[in-house]
Amino acid sequence: MRIPILKLHNYLLISIQIDLDDQTAIQFQEDLLSKIHESGATGVVIDLTSVDIIDSFIAKVLGDVVTMSDLMGAKVVLTGIQPAVAMTLIDLGIHLQDVPTALDLEQGLIKLRQELEE
Amino acid sequence: MDFQSCVNIKKEWDIVGARQLGRDISRKIGFGTVDQARIATGISELARNIYLYAETGEVCFEALEDMNKKGIRIVAIDKGPGIKDISQVMEDGFTTSGGLGAGLPGVKRLMDEFDIVSQEGEGTEIIVVKWLR
Repeated sequence: MRIPILKLHNYLLISIQIDLDDQTAIQFQEDLLSKIHESGATGVVIDLTSVDIIDSFIAKVLGDVVTMSDLMGAKVVLTGIQPAVAMTLIDLGIHLQDVPTALDLEQGLIKLRQELEE
Repeated sequence: MDFQSCVNIKKEWDIVGARQLGRDISRKIGFGTVDQARIATGISELARNIYLYAETGEVCFEALEDMNKKGIRIVAIDKGPGIKDISQVMEDGFTTSGGLGAGLPGVKRLMDEFDIVSQEGEGTEIIVVKWLR
């Protein structure tokens, strides 16, 4: 299964709407980096509104893709993390520090624009 | 409601299968969305440990009904290499997989009860319980 990556001006938008298995998560990581490379996008929003489970593996993949994109010169913001997911991550001991987040897609785009203007 | 069902863990996709079944069962028992997420995430971690370290095993679910409380018991069993030093794997931050799993301390925090029995060379059995509040 492939997660669609949409391009909008200088941004890439991704909405994850499936229960992520490890393989799909790794595939997504590769796809996103290639897409950044070929499109020259400077900002990425990954929306997690429809994701109701983030376990340690998925959290690691997401955290890594933020760092990897940063290395390539694109800023990533994770948006829409559900309350239950936030609580579960902290219980697990995963803090995702240094990962930019925003309440929803709209706030995420505002945050990206601010960061990219700095 | 007193049933037991098991998911065999043989391939990576079974991790998703196990947590989805566990989530369905916990929803039927009456758990709210936050506890459903905790239970499903705990199952995901246990199933991944089986897949990573023992390759095969199973995760079983049982609805619990006491006189005045309900809950779910999850048993993760494998016949893998076993754990040499249990107190070590229960320390936060201990890993042999390079950080692929948050590990057992995380699972313990997600659940209400946590028991582990492991024999080196024979396998590991982890039993966790979450009670409905």
